Amino acid sequence: MAGRPEGGALAMASHIMLALFLRDIRLNIRAGGGALTGVIFFLAVIATIPFGVGPDLKLLARIGPAILWIGALLSCLLGLDRLFQADREDGSLDLLVLGNDRHMLALTVLVKCLAHWAGSVLPLVVAAPLLGLFMNMEPLAIGATALTLLVGTPAITFIGAAGAAVAVALPRGGLLISVLVLPLTIPVLIFGVSASYGATANPEPFLQPFLILAALTLFLAVLGPVSAALALRHGTD
Amino acid sequence: MRLIAENLGGERGGESVFSRVGFDLGEGQALVVTGPNGSGKSTLLRIIAGLLPVAEGRLLLEGGGEAFPSVASACHYLGHQNAMKPALSVVENLRFWRDFNGNGDVGVEEALEEVGLGGLGHLPFGYLSTGQRRRAAIAKLLVNHRPLWLLDEPTAGLDKVSEARFAGLMERHCGDGGMIVAATHLPLGIDGAELRMGI
Repeated sequence: MAGRPEGGALAMASHIMLALFLRDIRLNIRAGGGALTGVIFFLAVIATIPFGVGPDLKLLARIGPAILWIGALLSCLLGLDRLFQADREDGSLDLLVLGNDRHMLALTVLVKCLAHWAGSVLPLVVAAPLLGLFMNMEPLAIGATALTLLVGTPAITFIGAAGAAVAVALPRGGLLISVLVLPLTIPVLIFGVSASYGATANPEPFLQPFLILAALTLFLAVLGPVSAALALRHGTD
Repeated sequence: MRLIAENLGGERGGESVFSRVGFDLGEGQALVVTGPNGSGKSTLLRIIAGLLPVAEGRLLLEGGGEAFPSVASACHYLGHQNAMKPALSVVENLRFWRDFNGNGDVGVEEALEEVGLGGLGHLPFGYLSTGQRRRAAIAKLLVNHRPLWLLDEPTAGLDKVSEARFAGLMERHCGDGGMIVAATHLPLGIDGAELRMGI
Protein backbone atom coordinates (compact mmCIF):
# COMPACT_ATOMS: atom_id res chain seq x y z
CA MET A 1 0.00 0.00 0.00
CA ALA A 2 0.97 3.63 -0.15
CA GLY A 3 2.98 4.82 2.79
CA ARG A 4 5.51 2.06 3.09
CA PRO A 5 8.32 3.14 5.38
CA GLU A 6 10.65 4.01 2.53
CA GLY A 7 12.46 7.27 2.36
CA GLY A 8 10.87 9.58 -0.17
CA ALA A 9 7.69 7.55 -0.54
CA LEU A 10 5.78 10.79 -0.88
CA ALA A 11 8.14 12.12 -3.54
CA MET A 12 7.78 8.79 -5.35
CA ALA A 13 3.99 8.93 -5.25
CA SER A 14 3.91 12.50 -6.52
CA HIS A 15 6.32 11.54 -9.32
CA ILE A 16 4.01 8.68 -10.34
CA MET A 17 0.90 10.82 -10.19
CA LEU A 18 2.53 13.60 -12.18
CA ALA A 19 3.37 11.05 -14.89
CA LEU A 20 -0.28 9.95 -14.99
CA PHE A 21 -1.54 13.54 -15.03
CA LEU A 22 0.73 14.51 -17.92
CA ARG A 23 -0.22 11.41 -19.89
CA ASP A 24 -3.92 12.10 -19.58
CA ILE A 25 -3.49 15.77 -20.45
CA ARG A 26 -1.46 14.80 -23.53
CA LEU A 27 -4.11 12.31 -24.62
CA ASN A 28 -6.80 14.91 -24.11
CA ILE A 29 -5.04 17.42 -26.30
CA ARG A 30 -3.67 15.09 -28.93
CA ALA A 31 -6.45 12.62 -29.64
CA GLY A 32 -8.79 15.42 -30.67
CA GLY A 33 -10.04 14.92 -27.15
CA GLY A 34 -12.89 16.33 -25.17
CA ALA A 35 -11.60 19.89 -24.73
CA LEU A 36 -12.94 21.36 -27.94
CA THR A 37 -16.12 19.24 -28.11
CA GLY A 38 -17.20 20.47 -24.71
CA VAL A 39 -16.55 24.12 -25.49
CA ILE A 40 -18.39 23.93 -28.79
CA PHE A 41 -21.39 22.26 -27.14
CA PHE A 42 -21.33 24.92 -24.42
CA LEU A 43 -21.25 27.63 -27.09
CA ALA A 44 -24.15 26.01 -28.94
CA VAL A 45 -26.31 25.83 -25.80
CA ILE A 46 -25.66 29.43 -24.76
CA ALA A 47 -25.97 30.84 -28.28
CA THR A 48 -29.44 29.33 -28.79
CA ILE A 49 -30.90 30.66 -25.53
CA PRO A 50 -31.32 34.31 -26.66
CA PHE A 51 -33.19 33.11 -29.76
CA GLY A 52 -35.53 31.09 -27.64
CA VAL A 53 -36.06 33.61 -24.88
CA GLY A 54 -36.41 36.62 -27.15
CA PRO A 55 -34.74 40.03 -27.21
CA ASP A 56 -35.59 40.98 -23.63
CA LEU A 57 -32.15 42.13 -22.45
CA LYS A 58 -33.16 42.46 -18.80
CA LEU A 59 -34.54 38.95 -18.70
CA LEU A 60 -31.41 37.56 -20.36
CA ALA A 61 -29.20 39.30 -17.82
CA ARG A 62 -31.32 37.93 -15.00
CA ILE A 63 -31.27 34.30 -16.12
CA GLY A 64 -27.66 34.56 -17.37
CA PRO A 65 -25.84 32.92 -14.44
CA ALA A 66 -28.30 30.04 -14.30
CA ILE A 67 -28.04 29.41 -18.04
CA LEU A 68 -24.25 29.52 -17.93
CA TRP A 69 -24.26 27.01 -15.09
CA ILE A 70 -26.69 24.65 -16.81
CA GLY A 71 -24.71 24.87 -20.04
CA ALA A 72 -21.45 24.15 -18.26
CA LEU A 73 -23.01 21.27 -16.33
CA LEU A 74 -24.30 19.59 -19.49
CA SER A 75 -21.00 20.13 -21.28
CA CYS A 76 -19.19 18.58 -18.31
CA LEU A 77 -21.30 15.44 -18.59
CA LEU A 78 -20.57 15.15 -22.29
CA GLY A 79 -17.03 13.77 -22.14
CA LEU A 80 -17.30 11.78 -18.94
CA ASP A 81 -17.91 8.39 -20.53
CA ARG A 82 -14.39 8.33 -21.96
CA LEU A 83 -12.79 8.85 -18.55
CA PHE A 84 -12.19 5.14 -17.93
CA GLN A 85 -13.59 3.53 -21.05
CA ALA A 86 -10.64 4.48 -23.24
CA ASP A 87 -8.30 2.90 -20.70
CA ARG A 88 -10.46 -0.18 -20.48
CA GLU A 89 -10.55 -0.74 -24.22
CA ASP A 90 -6.78 -0.88 -24.60
CA GLY A 91 -6.12 -2.82 -21.41
CA SER A 92 -4.51 0.05 -19.50
CA LEU A 93 -7.24 -0.06 -16.89
CA ASP A 94 -6.14 -3.54 -15.74
CA LEU A 95 -2.66 -2.24 -15.10
CA LEU A 96 -3.94 0.88 -13.36
CA VAL A 97 -6.04 -1.34 -11.08
CA LEU A 98 -3.07 -3.62 -10.43
CA GLY A 99 -1.10 -0.57 -9.33
CA ASN A 100 -3.47 -0.44 -6.36
CA ASP A 101 -0.90 -2.35 -4.34
CA ARG A 102 1.70 0.37 -4.66
CA HIS A 103 -0.49 3.44 -4.57
CA MET A 104 -4.16 3.56 -3.77
CA LEU A 105 -6.46 3.24 -6.76
CA ALA A 106 -8.53 6.12 -5.38
CA LEU A 107 -5.50 8.38 -5.74
CA THR A 108 -5.05 7.23 -9.33
CA VAL A 109 -8.71 8.04 -9.99
CA LEU A 110 -8.37 11.43 -8.33
CA VAL A 111 -5.44 12.30 -10.58
CA LYS A 112 -7.33 11.10 -13.65
CA CYS A 113 -10.24 13.33 -12.59
CA LEU A 114 -7.96 16.32 -12.15
CA ALA A 115 -6.40 15.74 -15.57
CA HIS A 116 -9.86 15.37 -17.11
CA TRP A 117 -10.97 18.57 -15.42
CA ALA A 118 -7.90 20.51 -16.53
CA GLY A 119 -8.17 19.20 -20.07
CA SER A 120 -11.91 19.26 -20.73
CA VAL A 121 -13.64 21.40 -18.11
CA LEU A 122 -11.22 24.23 -17.49
CA PRO A 123 -11.68 25.41 -21.09
CA LEU A 124 -15.41 25.76 -20.29
CA VAL A 125 -14.62 27.98 -17.31
CA VAL A 126 -12.34 30.06 -19.50
CA ALA A 127 -15.02 30.36 -22.18
CA ALA A 128 -17.77 31.24 -19.69
CA PRO A 129 -16.99 35.02 -19.43
CA LEU A 130 -17.15 35.35 -23.21
CA LEU A 131 -20.46 33.50 -23.36
CA GLY A 132 -21.69 35.69 -20.51
CA LEU A 133 -21.60 38.60 -22.95
CA PHE A 134 -24.16 36.74 -25.09
CA MET A 135 -26.47 36.85 -22.09
CA ASN A 136 -26.03 40.61 -21.54
CA MET A 137 -24.57 40.00 -18.08
CA GLU A 138 -22.82 42.71 -16.07
CA PRO A 139 -19.07 42.37 -15.52
CA LEU A 140 -19.60 41.61 -11.82
CA ALA A 141 -22.10 38.85 -12.55
CA ILE A 142 -19.79 37.41 -15.21
CA GLY A 143 -16.88 37.39 -12.80
CA ALA A 144 -18.93 35.78 -10.04
CA THR A 145 -20.28 33.08 -12.35
CA ALA A 146 -16.82 32.26 -13.69
CA LEU A 147 -15.49 32.05 -10.14
CA THR A 148 -18.29 29.74 -8.98
CA LEU A 149 -17.76 27.59 -12.07
CA LEU A 150 -14.06 27.37 -11.30
CA VAL A 151 -14.80 26.20 -7.77
CA GLY A 152 -17.85 24.06 -8.52
CA THR A 153 -17.10 22.17 -11.74
CA PRO A 154 -14.47 19.88 -10.17
CA ALA A 155 -17.28 18.49 -8.00
CA ILE A 156 -19.19 17.51 -11.14
CA THR A 157 -16.13 15.71 -12.49
CA PHE A 158 -15.65 13.84 -9.21
CA ILE A 159 -19.27 12.64 -9.10
CA GLY A 160 -19.04 11.89 -12.79
CA ALA A 161 -16.03 9.65 -12.18
CA ALA A 162 -18.15 7.45 -9.93
CA GLY A 163 -20.81 7.22 -12.64
CA ALA A 164 -18.21 6.56 -15.33
CA ALA A 165 -16.66 3.80 -13.23
CA VAL A 166 -20.02 2.08 -12.75
CA ALA A 167 -20.82 2.25 -16.45
CA VAL A 168 -17.31 1.48 -17.68
CA ALA A 169 -18.21 -1.95 -19.06
CA LEU A 170 -21.17 -0.71 -21.07
CA PRO A 171 -20.46 -0.03 -24.74
CA ARG A 172 -22.68 3.07 -24.91
CA GLY A 173 -22.68 4.18 -21.33
CA GLY A 174 -22.63 7.91 -22.04
CA LEU A 175 -26.33 8.52 -21.59
CA LEU A 176 -26.54 6.22 -18.58
CA ILE A 177 -23.73 8.12 -16.90
CA SER A 178 -25.54 11.42 -17.45
CA VAL A 179 -28.77 10.00 -16.01
CA LEU A 180 -26.91 8.50 -13.03
CA VAL A 181 -24.91 11.60 -12.33
CA LEU A 182 -27.37 14.40 -13.02
CA PRO A 183 -29.43 14.08 -9.80
CA LEU A 184 -26.25 14.09 -7.73
CA THR A 185 -25.03 17.28 -9.35
CA ILE A 186 -28.18 19.21 -8.42
CA PRO A 187 -26.77 20.50 -5.07
CA VAL A 188 -23.69 21.77 -6.87
CA LEU A 189 -25.90 23.54 -9.40
CA ILE A 190 -28.12 25.08 -6.72
CA PHE A 191 -25.30 26.50 -4.65
CA GLY A 192 -23.29 27.54 -7.69
CA VAL A 193 -26.19 29.52 -9.12
CA SER A 194 -27.24 31.04 -5.81
CA ALA A 195 -23.69 32.22 -5.14
CA SER A 196 -23.58 33.76 -8.61
CA TYR A 197 -26.84 35.61 -7.89
CA GLY A 198 -25.63 36.62 -4.44
CA ALA A 199 -22.79 38.60 -5.99
CA THR A 200 -25.20 40.96 -7.82
CA ALA A 201 -28.60 40.90 -6.11
CA ASN A 202 -28.15 42.81 -2.91
CA PRO A 203 -30.16 41.12 -0.18
CA GLU A 204 -28.92 37.67 -1.10
CA PRO A 205 -25.61 36.49 0.38
CA PHE A 206 -22.62 35.48 -1.77
CA LEU A 207 -20.16 34.06 0.72
CA GLN A 208 -22.33 31.39 2.38
CA PRO A 209 -23.43 29.52 -0.75
CA PHE A 210 -19.95 29.98 -2.19
CA LEU A 211 -18.37 28.33 0.84
CA ILE A 212 -20.88 25.49 0.73
CA LEU A 213 -20.00 25.04 -2.94
CA ALA A 214 -16.31 24.84 -2.04
CA ALA A 215 -17.13 22.35 0.73
CA LEU A 216 -19.13 20.23 -1.74
CA THR A 217 -16.15 20.10 -4.07
CA LEU A 218 -13.78 19.07 -1.28
CA PHE A 219 -16.22 16.47 0.03
CA LEU A 220 -16.78 14.97 -3.40
CA ALA A 221 -13.04 15.03 -4.11
CA VAL A 222 -12.85 12.26 -1.51
CA LEU A 223 -16.16 10.47 -1.99
CA GLY A 224 -16.11 10.42 -5.81
CA PRO A 225 -12.68 8.83 -6.35
CA VAL A 226 -13.12 6.38 -3.46
CA SER A 227 -16.43 5.10 -4.80
CA ALA A 228 -15.13 5.10 -8.37
CA ALA A 229 -12.12 3.06 -7.24
CA LEU A 230 -14.44 0.56 -5.54
CA ALA A 231 -16.55 0.24 -8.66
CA LEU A 232 -13.48 -0.24 -10.86
CA ARG A 233 -11.97 -2.78 -8.49
CA HIS A 234 -15.09 -4.94 -8.68
CA GLY A 235 -15.86 -4.22 -12.30
CA THR A 236 -12.82 -5.99 -13.78
CA ASP A 237 -13.79 -9.12 -15.60
CA MET B 1 10.16 -16.65 -3.71
CA ARG B 2 7.42 -19.15 -4.49
CA LEU B 3 4.02 -18.86 -6.10
CA ILE B 4 1.72 -21.57 -4.80
CA ALA B 5 -1.82 -22.40 -5.87
CA GLU B 6 -3.84 -25.06 -4.13
CA ASN B 7 -7.16 -26.37 -5.39
CA LEU B 8 -7.72 -23.13 -7.21
CA GLY B 9 -11.12 -22.61 -8.80
CA GLY B 10 -12.24 -19.79 -11.02
CA GLU B 11 -15.56 -18.51 -12.21
CA ARG B 12 -16.82 -16.02 -14.73
CA GLY B 13 -20.23 -14.46 -14.28
CA GLY B 14 -21.13 -16.90 -11.52
CA GLU B 15 -20.33 -20.00 -13.56
CA SER B 16 -17.40 -22.20 -12.71
CA VAL B 17 -14.79 -22.23 -15.46
CA PHE B 18 -12.23 -24.53 -13.84
CA SER B 19 -11.57 -26.02 -10.46
CA ARG B 20 -8.90 -27.88 -8.52
CA VAL B 21 -5.95 -26.35 -10.30
CA GLY B 22 -2.72 -26.52 -8.36
CA PHE B 23 0.92 -25.65 -8.98
CA ASP B 24 4.03 -24.70 -7.10
CA LEU B 25 6.34 -22.37 -8.93
CA GLY B 26 9.81 -21.57 -7.63
CA GLU B 27 12.43 -19.05 -8.67
CA GLY B 28 13.71 -19.56 -12.17
CA GLN B 29 10.78 -21.74 -13.18
CA ALA B 30 8.20 -21.29 -15.87
CA LEU B 31 4.70 -22.65 -16.12
CA VAL B 32 3.07 -22.96 -19.50
CA VAL B 33 -0.71 -23.10 -19.29
CA THR B 34 -2.27 -24.82 -22.30
CA GLY B 35 -5.71 -26.00 -23.18
CA PRO B 36 -8.52 -25.51 -25.65
CA ASN B 37 -10.40 -22.23 -26.07
CA GLY B 38 -12.64 -21.50 -23.14
CA SER B 39 -10.80 -23.76 -20.73
CA GLY B 40 -10.02 -20.85 -18.45
CA LYS B 41 -6.42 -19.98 -19.27
CA SER B 42 -7.00 -16.23 -19.26
CA THR B 43 -9.27 -16.48 -16.23
CA LEU B 44 -6.51 -18.29 -14.35
CA LEU B 45 -4.01 -15.55 -15.20
CA ARG B 46 -6.43 -12.81 -14.15
CA ILE B 47 -7.08 -14.61 -10.88
CA ILE B 48 -3.35 -14.91 -10.22
CA ALA B 49 -2.89 -11.21 -10.93
CA GLY B 50 -5.74 -10.40 -8.57
CA LEU B 51 -8.02 -8.88 -11.21
CA LEU B 52 -10.63 -11.55 -10.50
CA PRO B 53 -11.43 -12.96 -7.07
CA VAL B 54 -10.34 -16.46 -6.10
CA ALA B 55 -13.53 -18.53 -6.19
CA GLU B 56 -12.17 -21.47 -4.24
CA GLY B 57 -8.88 -22.80 -2.94
CA ARG B 58 -5.99 -20.50 -2.22
CA LEU B 59 -3.18 -18.68 -3.89
CA LEU B 60 -0.16 -17.24 -2.16
CA LEU B 61 3.19 -15.71 -2.81
CA GLU B 62 5.84 -16.75 -0.34
CA GLY B 63 9.04 -14.92 0.36
CA GLY B 64 8.20 -11.73 -1.49
CA GLY B 65 9.51 -9.71 1.42
CA GLU B 66 8.78 -6.05 1.88
CA ALA B 67 9.25 -5.13 -1.76
CA PHE B 68 6.66 -7.59 -3.06
CA PRO B 69 4.04 -8.22 -0.39
CA SER B 70 1.41 -9.48 -2.84
CA VAL B 71 1.17 -11.11 -6.24
CA ALA B 72 -0.18 -7.90 -7.77
CA SER B 73 2.87 -5.94 -6.66
CA ALA B 74 5.26 -8.66 -7.84
CA CYS B 75 3.85 -9.25 -11.29
CA HIS B 76 3.81 -7.87 -14.78
CA TYR B 77 0.53 -8.67 -16.45
CA LEU B 78 0.57 -8.79 -20.23
CA GLY B 79 -2.99 -9.34 -21.37
CA HIS B 80 -4.57 -9.68 -24.79
CA GLN B 81 -4.42 -5.96 -25.19
CA ASN B 82 -1.20 -4.05 -25.17
CA ALA B 83 -2.20 -1.28 -22.75
CA MET B 84 -0.58 1.37 -24.94
CA LYS B 85 -2.11 4.57 -26.29
CA PRO B 86 -2.15 4.89 -30.09
CA ALA B 87 -1.95 8.70 -29.88
CA LEU B 88 1.29 8.72 -27.87
CA SER B 89 4.68 7.73 -29.19
CA VAL B 90 6.17 4.38 -28.20
CA VAL B 91 8.71 6.09 -25.96
CA GLU B 92 6.05 8.20 -24.25
CA ASN B 93 3.97 5.08 -23.59
CA LEU B 94 6.87 3.15 -22.15
CA ARG B 95 8.10 6.09 -20.12
CA PHE B 96 4.66 6.46 -18.57
CA TRP B 97 4.47 2.81 -17.52
CA ARG B 98 8.02 2.94 -16.23
CA ASP B 99 7.16 5.92 -14.02
CA PHE B 100 3.81 4.50 -13.01
CA ASN B 101 5.30 1.18 -11.92
CA GLY B 102 8.02 2.73 -9.81
CA ASN B 103 11.68 3.18 -10.46
CA GLY B 104 12.74 2.09 -13.91
CA ASP B 105 15.47 -0.52 -14.07
CA VAL B 106 16.28 -0.47 -17.76
CA GLY B 107 16.25 2.55 -20.05
CA VAL B 108 13.34 2.85 -22.46
CA GLU B 109 15.62 2.95 -25.54
CA GLU B 110 17.55 -0.02 -24.26
CA ALA B 111 14.35 -2.02 -23.76
CA LEU B 112 13.26 -1.16 -27.30
CA GLU B 113 16.61 -2.40 -28.64
CA GLU B 114 16.03 -5.68 -26.80
CA VAL B 115 12.76 -6.31 -28.62
CA GLY B 116 14.12 -5.13 -31.96
CA LEU B 117 12.34 -1.80 -32.12
CA GLY B 118 15.42 0.36 -31.72
CA GLY B 119 15.02 3.65 -33.58
CA LEU B 120 11.23 3.38 -33.84
CA GLY B 121 10.52 4.88 -30.43
CA HIS B 122 9.53 8.28 -31.78
CA LEU B 123 6.64 6.86 -33.84
CA PRO B 124 3.10 7.04 -32.50
CA PHE B 125 2.12 3.62 -31.18
CA GLY B 126 -0.85 3.60 -33.55
CA TYR B 127 1.47 3.57 -36.59
CA LEU B 128 3.06 0.25 -35.65
CA SER B 129 2.05 -3.11 -37.12
CA THR B 130 0.38 -5.76 -34.95
CA GLY B 131 3.64 -7.60 -34.31
CA GLN B 132 5.53 -4.42 -33.56
CA ARG B 133 2.82 -3.39 -31.11
CA ARG B 134 3.17 -6.68 -29.30
CA ARG B 135 6.92 -6.20 -29.15
CA ALA B 136 6.50 -2.71 -27.72
CA ALA B 137 4.20 -4.19 -25.07
CA ILE B 138 6.87 -6.80 -24.33
CA ALA B 139 9.40 -4.00 -23.87
CA LYS B 140 7.12 -2.84 -21.07
CA LEU B 141 8.04 -6.01 -19.16
CA LEU B 142 11.69 -5.02 -19.29
CA VAL B 143 11.67 -1.40 -18.14
CA ASN B 144 10.61 -2.30 -14.59
CA HIS B 145 11.85 -5.37 -12.83
CA ARG B 146 9.10 -7.67 -11.56
CA PRO B 147 9.90 -11.22 -10.48
CA LEU B 148 6.69 -12.71 -11.87
CA TRP B 149 5.55 -12.36 -15.46
CA LEU B 150 1.94 -13.27 -16.25
CA LEU B 151 1.66 -13.59 -20.01
CA ASP B 152 -1.58 -14.14 -21.87
CA GLU B 153 -0.88 -15.34 -25.42
CA PRO B 154 2.34 -13.33 -25.45
CA THR B 155 3.43 -14.34 -28.93
CA ALA B 156 0.16 -13.58 -30.73
CA GLY B 157 1.08 -11.67 -33.88
CA LEU B 158 4.85 -12.19 -33.58
CA ASP B 159 6.94 -13.55 -36.45
CA LYS B 160 9.45 -16.39 -36.08
CA VAL B 161 12.43 -14.14 -35.39
CA SER B 162 10.59 -12.14 -32.75
CA GLU B 163 9.29 -15.34 -31.16
CA ALA B 164 12.83 -16.62 -30.82
CA ARG B 165 14.00 -13.30 -29.43
CA PHE B 166 11.16 -13.29 -26.91
CA ALA B 167 12.00 -16.87 -25.90
CA GLY B 168 15.53 -15.63 -25.22
CA LEU B 169 14.19 -12.81 -23.06
CA MET B 170 12.02 -15.24 -21.09
CA GLU B 171 14.96 -17.58 -20.59
CA ARG B 172 17.07 -14.73 -19.31
CA HIS B 173 14.29 -13.67 -16.95
CA CYS B 174 14.12 -17.20 -15.53
CA GLY B 175 17.89 -17.37 -15.39
CA ASP B 176 17.87 -14.27 -13.20
CA GLY B 177 15.54 -16.00 -10.77
CA GLY B 178 12.28 -14.74 -12.25
CA MET B 179 9.08 -16.70 -12.65
CA ILE B 180 6.77 -16.94 -15.63
CA VAL B 181 3.20 -18.12 -16.00
CA ALA B 182 2.23 -18.06 -19.65
CA ALA B 183 -1.08 -19.04 -21.20
CA THR B 184 -0.71 -20.05 -24.79
CA HIS B 185 -1.64 -22.51 -27.48
CA LEU B 186 1.56 -21.91 -29.44
CA PRO B 187 4.88 -23.43 -28.45
CA LEU B 188 6.85 -20.74 -26.59
CA GLY B 189 10.28 -22.30 -26.89
CA ILE B 190 11.04 -22.29 -23.19
CA ASP B 191 11.52 -25.11 -20.74
CA GLY B 192 8.81 -25.24 -18.18
CA ALA B 193 6.21 -27.36 -16.55
CA GLU B 194 2.98 -27.64 -18.48
CA LEU B 195 -0.41 -27.20 -16.94
CA ARG B 196 -3.20 -28.52 -19.12
CA MET B 197 -6.56 -26.98 -18.48
CA GLY B 198 -9.98 -28.26 -19.42
CA ILE B 199 -9.47 -32.02 -19.17
